[in-house]
Amino acid sequence: MEKIITAHKLTKRFGDFTAVNQISFAIQKGEIFGFLGANGAGKTTAMRMLCGLSMPSSGEATVAGFDIYRENEKIKRSIGYMSQKFSLYDDLTVKENMRFYGGIYGMTDTFIRDKTASILEQLHLEKEGDKLVGSLPLGWKQKLAFSVAIFHDPPIVFLDEPTGGVDPVTRREFWSMIYQASAAGITIFVTTHYMDEAEYCNRVSIMVDGRIEALDTPAQLKQTYQAKSMDGVFLKLARKATRAAD
Amino acid sequence: MKQFIAFVKKEFIHIWRDRQTLLILLGMPIVQIVIFGFALTNEVKNAKIAILDQSKDAATASLITELASSRYFEIEKELSSYQQIETEFHKGKIKMAVVLPSRFQEDLLHFNKASVQLIADASDPNVANTLTNYATAIIMDYQKRITQDRQLPYTIHTEMRMLYNPQQKGAFNFVPGVMAMVLLLVCTMMTAITIVKEKEMGTMEIMLVSPMKPIMVVVAKAFPYLVLSLVNITSILLLSRFVLGVPINGSLFLLVVESILFTMVSLSLGLLVSTSAESQQTAMFISLVALLLPTIMLSGFMFPLENMPLPLRVVSNLIPAKWYYNIVKSVMIKGLPFQAVWKETLILAGMMVFLLVLAIRKFKIRLS
Repeated sequence: MEKIITAHKLTKRFGDFTAVNQISFAIQKGEIFGFLGANGAGKTTAMRMLCGLSMPSSGEATVAGFDIYRENEKIKRSIGYMSQKFSLYDDLTVKENMRFYGGIYGMTDTFIRDKTASILEQLHLEKEGDKLVGSLPLGWKQKLAFSVAIFHDPPIVFLDEPTGGVDPVTRREFWSMIYQASAAGITIFVTTHYMDEAEYCNRVSIMVDGRIEALDTPAQLKQTYQAKSMDGVFLKLARKATRAAD
Repeated sequence: MKQFIAFVKKEFIHIWRDRQTLLILLGMPIVQIVIFGFALTNEVKNAKIAILDQSKDAATASLITELASSRYFEIEKELSSYQQIETEFHKGKIKMAVVLPSRFQEDLLHFNKASVQLIADASDPNVANTLTNYATAIIMDYQKRITQDRQLPYTIHTEMRMLYNPQQKGAFNFVPGVMAMVLLLVCTMMTAITIVKEKEMGTMEIMLVSPMKPIMVVVAKAFPYLVLSLVNITSILLLSRFVLGVPINGSLFLLVVESILFTMVSLSLGLLVSTSAESQQTAMFISLVALLLPTIMLSGFMFPLENMPLPLRVVSNLIPAKWYYNIVKSVMIKGLPFQAVWKETLILAGMMVFLLVLAIRKFKIRLS
């Protein structure tokens, strides 16, 4: 299988503090890769380095085959990104948001129109297309935000704790969207601290104090750490943490 | 370019949907011009005065008529004793008292000399000054009229011409000031706020992850405010020309170009503020306190710079509005050509380049 994201001893230091400490991993094309860790373990920093939002202190990494130091611009064209903070504009309508994001990725008008129509149909939001995003319930906004993150059909999408504050039903629906995207060949890199979500991933890595302590399929991890659920695995590993959560 | 257009479209939707802010942005210059034009003025009209005429002869009568018929004075009360003057000032209604001593006409005719006492309420020194000046001028006029048939041995005749503003209208001074203030406010504050808003909402991250160049993001955010500023410049100029009667003596083209230059300086300032502010409140606070206040006080628009102590005069050179204010006065009121304002223009251009380079260097392309 083709490796679409690789990291080798990737490190980020802020002064004396090493936020991410020599992490190495490789992610296969089309994989759903769960990036787990307690708050402050360094997962957001690691993800930001891969997206080009943060400059690594040392180590190497490639995203979609491009080097994160030198080929930043090419990486930007190959990834979608959904941040922790909800990232659609409340004072724009659903369609205007899509037109905007399609626009800044340089999509053609025809592409934007067709894609918008198909997304609205898929989410059963045809009637809400001209409503302001601010008037929609949080769950819908989140699903829309995900659709917008993959609007330009990127090979990889980074999701930074996409399901924070959403009810379990919406989370299930959200994950079914992730599966659909994955089936369409999009590689998913997702951070979360919901352990039930970790079970949905093909493979997960668990970060503790800036290091990757474990990386395997959920089933294998449970076996190795002799735990019934991912919760158990996580607790066993996270207990080693010495760093205070931020 | 397509990306840029998509972005600018979105910015305009933001501005359009936020009706309140839009109304303030477009209405503010109009309100300011109207307020400055009709309410706030240094000119004194119809000031109430009291007269103590101890002579009651033909000369005093005609002098009093002169004073009363001018548009500056309105005679509130005729007094009969010196003590009453104090009482009237205490009541606070009159601003000045004119005392004409007894035997005024006799002194004038027989000794060629008479005196008039002007007593003004100097709790507001500017008004007191203005009123005594007006009164003196009227009295001088009167004197000139009655002496015209006689030849005085020596006379120095002063002839005054008020250049560029013969009627000495306050509007000639504040229209350039309001232009500087409005442009600074709209451009600096709004640019700072709108960029910080994207940071706060987390949408800035999305933008930086996209292929859109950071510099394009910044330019696209600032562009709509440049357009709004042009609308404001137009409305200010139209109002001052047709409502306040302030002429545009110089080249309109030059005036607009200089205004665009100042707008760009303000936008760069806003950008700089946005790079150091983390919340919209901070951005607003910095723009208002650190930029607007010094602009009002040190641009020469409210308080003459010539009277300030040296350190303040030095500081005033750092205020972009000071230079723009000078340019607008020169071009619009005095009708001077570019040769007269090239120095100021160069300074503004230098400021713009400096601020812009500083802001772009500080603007974090990678967020950390």
